[in-house]
Amino acid sequence: MLDLNHISFKAESDNGEIQIINDISLHLDPGKFIVITGPNGGGKSTLAKLIAGIEPITAGQVVFEGKDITNMSITDRAKCGIGFAFQQPVRFKGLTVFDLLRIAAGKTISVSEACGYLSEVGLCAKDYIKREVNASLSGGELKRIEIATILARDVRLAIFDEPEAGIDLWSFQNLIRIFEKMQQNENGRSILVISHQERILNIADEIIVLSEGKILRQGKRDEILPDIIGTKYASDVCRKLSEEA
Amino acid sequence: MAKMDAIQMQLLQEVAGLHEIPEGAYNIRANSKAVGRQSTANIEITPKENGSGIDIRIKEGTKHESVHIPVVLSESGLKETVYNDFYVGDDADVLIVAGCGIDNCGTQDSEHDGIHRFFIGKNAKVKYVEKHYGSGNGDGKRILNPVTEVHLDEGSTMEMEMVQIKGVDSTDRSTIAELKADAKLIVRERLMTHGQQSALSIYKVTLDGDGSSADVVSRSVARDHSYQKLDMCILGNAACTGHTECDSIIMDDGRILAVPSLEANSVDAQLVHEAAIGKIAGEQLVKLMTLGLTEAEAEEQIINGFLK
Repeated sequence: MLDLNHISFKAESDNGEIQIINDISLHLDPGKFIVITGPNGGGKSTLAKLIAGIEPITAGQVVFEGKDITNMSITDRAKCGIGFAFQQPVRFKGLTVFDLLRIAAGKTISVSEACGYLSEVGLCAKDYIKREVNASLSGGELKRIEIATILARDVRLAIFDEPEAGIDLWSFQNLIRIFEKMQQNENGRSILVISHQERILNIADEIIVLSEGKILRQGKRDEILPDIIGTKYASDVCRKLSEEA
Repeated sequence: MAKMDAIQMQLLQEVAGLHEIPEGAYNIRANSKAVGRQSTANIEITPKENGSGIDIRIKEGTKHESVHIPVVLSESGLKETVYNDFYVGDDADVLIVAGCGIDNCGTQDSEHDGIHRFFIGKNAKVKYVEKHYGSGNGDGKRILNPVTEVHLDEGSTMEMEMVQIKGVDSTDRSTIAELKADAKLIVRERLMTHGQQSALSIYKVTLDGDGSSADVVSRSVARDHSYQKLDMCILGNAACTGHTECDSIIMDDGRILAVPSLEANSVDAQLVHEAAIGKIAGEQLVKLMTLGLTEAEAEEQIINGFLK
């Protein structure tokens, strides 16, 4: 489904260029639930943004479903079937929750369809459908709406950047149920999640540990999880792994 | 009603949402002539003796009735000043829809200056909708300089929706309001300028009575090389509350000057102003692009939402 061939990303800083992603190659199969974990600042979010085209890679090649998308815009990648849920969703003055879901669906949708997506993320639809996606919404509400925009799209690869962050009042179980349902309903849809959370790591088919811009470990859950499980935060273990390496 | 051509009908739809003759009272003016007028049992529309405009008298206690007074100009080079006075009786509850559409395909400027005065009786409620629109590809300018004067008696409410989204080359709009005790004024202005347009929007609201309140909110977008000046002033002379807000998006080479101002002449006046000008946030564009919109489509959606 997705191949990253020797991709790198450098960013400008006050101290010159910093290598954020360093020559990563990766192959993702269709129909899989993949979790990328690792210490903060290790390049996880950047890697996700490179796949969605939000940041441009500085070297390498990105191939999605057999098509070279390296030079494609964010828009074209979205049209190819890549969805992206932001870690910190943006607010819009004036745009309503319904507007955002309609844009996400890419077609006219009925209010009841939109309500269906909101119910999936545990929001009482009638209270939210006409609300503006502005500062009146809490971080947690915004986060759930962000997830609903991915549900409203028929994506082939859904990328979630730390979806659990900020959904304090909403049970984890619901989030996991959404991931499971997304996978069941679509033939070959893959889900890529950036997360430190053990409970998300627990349902992964594959786990990738990213540190200092490089892949430290990659493999089936059962191969990677024993090194991570039993600690309070997966990231602590990732740091240990990275120190050992 | 006299026959109107397709352009005039199009303008009528843009400014008043009308496809046909409205229900209730109306006065439709096209190219400086009245083409239709109807009074009702409770709402009387009469031309002024000197022909400079109309008087609209709404009987006290009139409920759930509407008045439409749209103006359309489709001849190049017309310039007119019209004086319309509204007398709204005590306890009335009405909708007034005004608005002006100018289509100018010629080389001469077309201008409509509407001077509206509202005298709103005790405990009356008025919802006022004013839409301005310009079309046509001539070099002649489409100019609208409305003056709105509102006198709110005790306990009355005026809700004003002022919209100018497209096609007006130059506007200098001025709204003056005076509020007695417990009167309430709500203004929602939406303004978009493009090309070389310029728009001046001035509000001066005086809160004279105890318990009076004003909430004046303007959202605007300045694109291309256009210029806007938003000057919103609230004076508090009693135990009152006032709030003004100018929220603007600036694009391309647009320019905006926001001048919110407050003057408290009573120790019990509570007045607040807010003003913000900024371009569309890059992360907003990126979010909509990840949903499959192009950058231009994303911009349109953000602006449409902002001005909705």
